[in-house]
Formats: sequence, structure tokens, C-alpha cells
Amino acid sequence: MNNTSENAQYQDLTLEEPAAPKRTRLQQFWRLFKRNRLAILGLIIFVLFFCCALTGLVLTSGSKPVFDPAQVRLEEKLLPPLTRPNPETLQPNEIPPMGIYLFGTDDLGRDVFARMLQGAWVSLTVGFVAVGISVLVGIFMGGLAGYFGQHYIHTGHLLWTAFLTAGIGLLAANHPVAGIIILAGAALGPFFFGPGKKLPGAGILKKRTISVDTLIMRFVDIMLCFPSFFLILTVVALLPASIYNIMIIIGLTSWMGATRFVRAEFLSLREQDFVSAARALGLSNFRIIFRHMMPNAIAPVLVSATIGIATAILTEAGLSFLGFGVPPPHATWGNILSDGKRFIFDAPWLTFIPGFAILVVVLSFNLFGEGLRDVMNPKLRERQ
Amino acid sequence: MLSFIGRSIVQKLVTLFFVSIVSFLIIHLAPGEPSQVDPMNPKFTPEMVERFRQAFHLDEPLYRQYLYFYRDLFTGQTISWKDNQPALKKIWERFLNSLPLFIVGTILTWTISFPVGIRSSIARGRFYDRSATFFSYLLISIPGFFFAYILIIFVVTQFHVPVIGMQTFGAGGTSWIQNIMDRTWHLLLPSILGATGGIAILSRYVRSQMLEVEGQDYVRTARAKGLPSEQVHYKHALRNALLPFVTMFGMILPGLIGGSVIIESIFSWPGMGRMAYEAILARDYPVILTVNFVSAVLVLAGTFISDLLYMVVDPRIRL
Repeated sequence: MNNTSENAQYQDLTLEEPAAPKRTRLQQFWRLFKRNRLAILGLIIFVLFFCCALTGLVLTSGSKPVFDPAQVRLEEKLLPPLTRPNPETLQPNEIPPMGIYLFGTDDLGRDVFARMLQGAWVSLTVGFVAVGISVLVGIFMGGLAGYFGQHYIHTGHLLWTAFLTAGIGLLAANHPVAGIIILAGAALGPFFFGPGKKLPGAGILKKRTISVDTLIMRFVDIMLCFPSFFLILTVVALLPASIYNIMIIIGLTSWMGATRFVRAEFLSLREQDFVSAARALGLSNFRIIFRHMMPNAIAPVLVSATIGIATAILTEAGLSFLGFGVPPPHATWGNILSDGKRFIFDAPWLTFIPGFAILVVVLSFNLFGEGLRDVMNPKLRERQ
Repeated sequence: MLSFIGRSIVQKLVTLFFVSIVSFLIIHLAPGEPSQVDPMNPKFTPEMVERFRQAFHLDEPLYRQYLYFYRDLFTGQTISWKDNQPALKKIWERFLNSLPLFIVGTILTWTISFPVGIRSSIARGRFYDRSATFFSYLLISIPGFFFAYILIIFVVTQFHVPVIGMQTFGAGGTSWIQNIMDRTWHLLLPSILGATGGIAILSRYVRSQMLEVEGQDYVRTARAKGLPSEQVHYKHALRNALLPFVTMFGMILPGLIGGSVIIESIFSWPGMGRMAYEAILARDYPVILTVNFVSAVLVLAGTFISDLLYMVVDPRIRL
């Protein structure tokens, strides 16, 4: 009797909903994120900017764009914003589609609104592609240093790399025969001196030199020694002007932060029980890294990536401003501003419109990124 | 301690060696050659190109060029390809021009950001904190050149003060006090601009550091003892929050040479940044490489100094 009532009691307890409302990770994240009004503002502006850039790409590209950013109308130069075009002096196909210069015209009479639309897409892609490259490189290097860091590089590896480099170098320097012989030697090397082979003198190839971790982190130190804007400027100035070069260079000079974050997270995660369990189950390294460790290590990388997008947009604008950006007929916010600086007192809108656009977009990314950081960092969360 | 110093000096030297190789490769493997600056110039005959290539060792293999360049650098014989001036002397002159900008900018940064950061950590979540946060994001996000133009328009139309260059052109010969005032006016805008980004970042950092310390148990204990809140904030919390900033003194060092390319070119300030920019435009490899090398030395020296300072200041750290 007593026993059954107790059982019933337990049954009651198990049937009841758990006392704390259960939320998924995403719901919890959203609940915390919602409180940060500045971050929400940043997110909204970012979405608006994204839509603008997409519509801008559609409306300004192609052979007969709706808004033609390259249409020159010398009679209509330096008109202030919201002026109507003069239909008497213009050909019918030169009149802007809305019948008004929303942001005015520049010194060649080009519609600034159309140029801004075209430039939005450039800013967006530069930000995302550059940060994408830097995050990918960062995750790769950081993951390597954090997960395989304690492995040592043997003299054999160094020798092999040296052969490979020498072979490629000889190929590039017009010595194809010698290059191919050395490359073939490098390719065949592992069959003779690979693991498990007992050859006299192979011991010297197994001498430990430095660990993978040391190698990668020293490389990070070396990269951090360069003054970044100066380095980017140098390389961009030496390479042919193209938007892709700028993206790649910004990406390849900013991966060090992501590497450090991923490495630090991996070093602490690889000691945790769930990773040991995954290893005990016999999962492959690839699966452990990408399925089990990466989701736990990605938060700081995401935050720094969001802020990195803001920095990349600013860097591109700075390069365009100095005249190293995208080649001239194509408009970017940086070079609209840099063209407009000569008319700063006569036509201030040429400076202010792109300037404010860059400011607002970069600000939105910064606010959103800081909001993310606050939500993801339990230490900084306000005590409730 | 001594072994730490020895080890880190060796490590830094190795890093420097690799930096020198990487920067040399970046410059020399990029497409194009300095001897082909202007192929359309009729005075530039192939024989002359060949002579230049020989004079500057450009016809030799890369590793020998590397050795030549760094031999010249360490014996102080590097000369600029553009005007045959010794590179180190050029850099030193420009450095002296950049120095006042750097000093004023650094003083502004450190004196403004600490009070702002401390106050906003104490007033956490209140109006002051929220507006300070918003303004610091605004200052981080504003493109330097855009902000420069806003300030130029504002200052020129409101105060009618000259802003471009280091001093008013042809103003020499007047009394020394006018000269000093003139120089000060010219210094004002660029150094404010140089400081804004730093103020925004540093004050945020001060704020978060203070918040972290304020959450510690010993601060709560101090408050529970009934100490006045000034004493809690400034004696118990601030002193411990200051620790990481000691190391940042070392990080200032690289700023000495980086200068600001954009700000110096807007204000026609003949400083380091502009020299580097002009060297890049002219493909003046010796100057570019020397600037790069000196700044790498400063970065490494900065991290070394900050490590040492940290050890001196914080007895808990044993390296």
C-alpha cells in the first residue's frame, strides 16, 4: 500500500514538466541577444545593407543596367542631392530612372546613387571573402597547432620539403629536367624511407627537430611583426590592381588572431572527457576535429570574424582612398570619397554620403560582433 | 630571470631573421622590376637599364641580393634608389617629424581613455556608460580619412585656422611665439585624429578590465567591510586592473614607426608614414625594406619590454 503510493508519487514527479523551462541553445542565445539593443540595431542595419548590396548588384550590372553608374553627363556635373535632371539638355536614355538625382552627381555628372549601389557590393564581398579566407586559414593552422601540436617534425620531413621546394624552384627557373628528377626523388622517398622500413642510416631521418605547435606559432609571431596596413599597401601596390588581389591579401594578412583562438580552444578541449570518449570509440581524427571539437571552439572565431569584416571594409576603403583600390571605372565607396575630396567645400555630399555609408555599415558590424561576444562570453554576462 | 632574458633574445633574433627573409621575398617575388619603372622614357636605353641593374646588384641571384642588402643595412650604407640618400638618414629625419605627432597622440590617448573607461565601468548600464560605449564604437567605425575631412571642414570654417602641413607656408621670420602657436595649431588636428581610434579601443579595454576586477571576491570583501566606494574603486579595484596596461607600454613602441599613412598624406605631414607611401609608389626597395625591418625590430623590442615589465610588476609570474 505504502509502496504503491510512493510509486505513484514518483510517477507524478516524472510526468511533471521539468521545473526550469527547457530551451535550446539557439533560443537561449536569442533571449540574451535580444536584450542588447545596440546589437539588434547592428543586425538590422546589416540585413538592410545586405539587401541593398544584392539589389545594387542586380540593378547596376549587365549590358543595360537600370542604374548606370558609368553614365557621364558633363552638363549635369556637381548637382546637389535631390535635384531633378534637366530634360532639355539630356538624351532620353541619359535621364536617371527615378527622374531625380537622389544623392546628386559627381564631377563627371555621374549619378552618385548608382555609384553607391555598385560600391555596396564591393564592400560586402571584400569584407566577406577576406574574412572567409582568414578564418579558413586560421582554423586550419590553429587546428593543426592545437590538435597535432605535440607531434614533432623529423629531419626526414625537412629533407623532403627541401627536395620539393628545390624541384619546384628548378622547374620555375627553366631547368625542367633537373627539377623533374628531384621531384621524382621526393615522391619516391617515402617508399624507401617510409615508416616500417629498416634501412641503415635511416635513423638520422628520425631525429626530432621542433614540434608542429612551435613551428606554427613562430610563424604567427613572424607574421605579427609586419605592420599590417603597410604590408597590405606594399603588396597591393606591387601586384596588378584588382579587387580579388585586395581580398586575398587582406585575408592572408589577418588570419593570426583566428589561429590563436582556435589553438587555445583546442588545447583545452582535447583534454576533456568527451574528446577522450570520442577517441576511445575509434572515431577518425577528422570527425573528432570537425564534429566534436570545432562546434565548441568556434564562438570566439565567429566574434572576431564579425569584427574582422568591419576592419576589412575599412581597410579596403583606405586603400581605395589612397588610390590602390579597384581600378577606376568601377565605383567603390572609398574611391567615390577620394574623388570627391577635391570638391570638399563645393560639393560636400561627395564626401559625406560615402563616408556615412561606410561608417554606418562598419558600425553595424562592430555592434553586432560585440553583442555576439557578450552573449557568448558567460563571464561578461550580467549577474541575474 | 637571466635565462629567460637570454632565451627570449635568441628567440626574437631568430624571428627577426625570418622576418627579414619573408619581407625580402615578398618584395622581390612580386611581378615587375624597379629597373623597368618607365619603359616609355626615350632616355632610358637598354644599356642604361643594364647598368642600373649591375649597380644595384639586380642581375644577381636572390640570395646574393639578400646578403648584399643586409650587409649594407648593418653597415649603414643602404641608399635609397630614388634619390641616392642614405636610407637610415632619410628615415631618421622623417621620424623626427613624426615624433611630435606620436607623442601628443599617445598622451591624449592615455590621459583620456583611462578616466572614461573607469567612469563607465563604475556607472555600468547607466546613461553615461551606454553613451560612452556608443561613442567608442562610433570612433572605431569611422574611417580615418572621412573623420579627417569632417574635422577639416569644421575647423577651417569655424576657426579659420590653417591645418595642412607642419607650419604655415612662408610664415618664417615672425616672432618665435607666433611660430610656436602656428606649429601647435598644425599639430592639433592630426594628433587628435591619430588618438581617436586609440582612445576608443583603450577605454573599452579599461572598462572591461575594471569590470572583471570588480567582480572579484576581494572587492566584494572590501565593500562588505564598509569601505567608502572611492576607496574600493580606486584602491582595491583599479590597482589590480592596471596590471595588463603596464604591458601595453611596450606595445606603444611599434606605433613610433608605423605612423599613419592616411592621416599624414591628408595633412601633407612629412612623416614616416608618408615616406613609406612614397617609397612604395616609387618602388624604392631599400627604403621599404629598411622601414619594414626597423618596425619589426620595434615590435619585437616592444613585446620583450612588456614581458619584462610584467615580470617586474606582477610577482605571481615566474617565467
